[in-house]
Amino acid sequence: MLGLTKKDSTLLLVVFGLVMLAPFILNPFPEGSAMAQFNAGYPDLMQRFLIFGIFAIGFNLLFGLTGYLSFGHAAFLGVGSYAAIWSMKLVTLNVIPGILLAIAIAGAFSLLVGFVSLRRSGIYFSILTLAFAQMSYALAYSVLTPITGGETGLQIKNTDNPLFGALNPGEIGRANLFGLEMNSSFELNVGNWLFTFNLGYYIAAVFMLIAFYMSIRIFRSPFGMMLRAVKSNQQRMNYTGLTPKRYTLSAFVISGMYAGLAGGLMVAMDTQVGPERMFWTASGEVVIMTILGGAGTLMGPVLGAGFIKYLENIVSKINKDILHEWFAFLPDGLEDVLVTMVYPFVGKGWHLTMGILFMLVVIFLPGGLVEGGQRMAKLFRRNKAADAQDAASKPAE
Amino acid sequence: MDQIIVQILNGLDKGSAYALIALGLTIIFGTLGVVNFAHGALFMMGAFCAVVTSKILSASHKVVDPTRTDFLGNPMQVDTFYVQDFFGMAAGQAIMDWAVPIAILFAIPVMILVGFAMERGLIKHFYKRPHADQILVTFGLALVIGELIKYFFGANPIQTPAPPAFTGSLDFGVFLGYEANTIMYPYWRLIYFFFSAIIIAAVFAFLQFTTFGMVVRAGMADRETVGLLGIDIDKRFTFMFGLAAAVAGLAGVMYAPIVAPNYSMGLDFLVLSFVVVVVGGMGSLPGAVAAGFLLGILESFASMPVMVDLLPGINQIIIYLVAIVILLTRPRGLMGRKGVMED
Repeated sequence: MLGLTKKDSTLLLVVFGLVMLAPFILNPFPEGSAMAQFNAGYPDLMQRFLIFGIFAIGFNLLFGLTGYLSFGHAAFLGVGSYAAIWSMKLVTLNVIPGILLAIAIAGAFSLLVGFVSLRRSGIYFSILTLAFAQMSYALAYSVLTPITGGETGLQIKNTDNPLFGALNPGEIGRANLFGLEMNSSFELNVGNWLFTFNLGYYIAAVFMLIAFYMSIRIFRSPFGMMLRAVKSNQQRMNYTGLTPKRYTLSAFVISGMYAGLAGGLMVAMDTQVGPERMFWTASGEVVIMTILGGAGTLMGPVLGAGFIKYLENIVSKINKDILHEWFAFLPDGLEDVLVTMVYPFVGKGWHLTMGILFMLVVIFLPGGLVEGGQRMAKLFRRNKAADAQDAASKPAE
Repeated sequence: MDQIIVQILNGLDKGSAYALIALGLTIIFGTLGVVNFAHGALFMMGAFCAVVTSKILSASHKVVDPTRTDFLGNPMQVDTFYVQDFFGMAAGQAIMDWAVPIAILFAIPVMILVGFAMERGLIKHFYKRPHADQILVTFGLALVIGELIKYFFGANPIQTPAPPAFTGSLDFGVFLGYEANTIMYPYWRLIYFFFSAIIIAAVFAFLQFTTFGMVVRAGMADRETVGLLGIDIDKRFTFMFGLAAAVAGLAGVMYAPIVAPNYSMGLDFLVLSFVVVVVGGMGSLPGAVAAGFLLGILESFASMPVMVDLLPGINQIIIYLVAIVILLTRPRGLMGRKGVMED
């Protein structure tokens, strides 16, 4: 299917199914129940899953395949966001041109940064990308204020009148897709459950599926093979008469375009941009997502992005009262002890949980959650196989 | 001219902090070959050593003072500091005022122990893994340490004042024949500069003039041969890690009065000191120190109003700009050695 092997087609279909049915899958608990706060099926968060999924997929194309660790990827996301919002402010409130422009501008910017940074490798490359990203952040924050809005960032205001907007004077434009507003949703009530199907989410879903499909194609292509060769032995590649830089630069630009797409989608969903989107901690976050999920795997970055965003939005909301409610069945003393022990890791302390998990993954599971899953599956299979062998080798009595 | 002197002075204290952190980073890289992204966190832990010391020293208990009454007519309760109980009023007050310098004594053993624990517990297992893994795991550690500090000390900066004897400024211009009040320089920053100069000199002297230091330098040049000579080089490298941690910690202790410590200062300094290390040349100790001061001074020059008018925003990006230019023109940094992280 679509030029994929059977296994990859199945993977793509599974992802397609998961993404399309996410409003159901992420909303397993009925409204008003004690567990309802674990529902992740609201549009805002689901969009984030997809957008950061795209961002991480793109980062993975660079880091997972070539091994070049960029610490400045958020800059491309930020540049894409600024491009998209200007397209909406000046040209049209339709999101498609904005997103395309975001991809193009982020691609051009990453070509520039990549051309310079890729002259070095290893830690030097990381520092160079970090330096470029921090420079973009500092400039967006201060000098480029006419373009970036400085500290306050950019929003769509009632004074903006796009070329193809057809707005009444004083009306605040809203992002739309050929007239359909991004935040329009269809709500479905089934019993106690409320499922929200949001237009913005499905637009992001289409882009994410395309991005995922392209990443599978790149992974399986001769080009992807070359990128892996860069990671395993660049010198040997040189001796064979190939130019590694050409491949790494292409990978860098592609991954920058993915970041631009993510930035454009972010603006499409929520029409505002601020420079903090380019700060180096944002670059660090995508690194964490990718490694946590599994660098160099197809599903890893998506899983990692979902995992981190879930922690950030759901686990961070757990407070002491909720913990007391959970452990209410225990005797009082024990309850207090447990609450005190768990509390630092949830709520505002979710960063701590993330840091510890990240360290554990780097130390014990260099392949990330995906490798963890594979190991479990293997263990399970081996046990089964061993059982079968035992059964076979026992002489029948 | 006086403007230039002011900027050089202003750059010195920040430059000293960069130089100390970069020195520690380079020691770790040169000996163990590990890229330690948690070094900023060590700097921050040093600053929090100062916070903890000053909290411990100002621990107090309430004592009922029968001679005075509060506004309801009850005997008044007065906060009494334990140090004043032990050492008398005046001496106790002096000890509390001098909390930051006293914290140095507390920070050295603590930071060396932290360094040992980090190296033996975590980093030891990463010698054979790629540099990217080392960066990632220490980056994770930096996040965890930062969050722990945030959990125990809260997210707000904690003011830790310098001893009252050092508040105020030195009229530096008078020494150079300028009129009074043209060049003012806070005493504490001057002390910070001398302090870091002493530490840097001590580290270099230790490496240059002691047998231990000689063995360590030999190990940096050729670890295997030193090992073959029957020297337990690993143990010495672990000690060097502890030393590097202590240097970062001391930089942090003394920096606490300049910038109130908070949980994110480690990461802020980390990024800049990495740039410093790379500019100085990976693995070169003099390079790290020189680049630290150079970038600190360049940064303060770039914040001069003249420069900002000329090139808007230059004060924000100067360090990164210099790093990019140097990396592209002198790939090994200012004083990088051949063969260190060349690939």
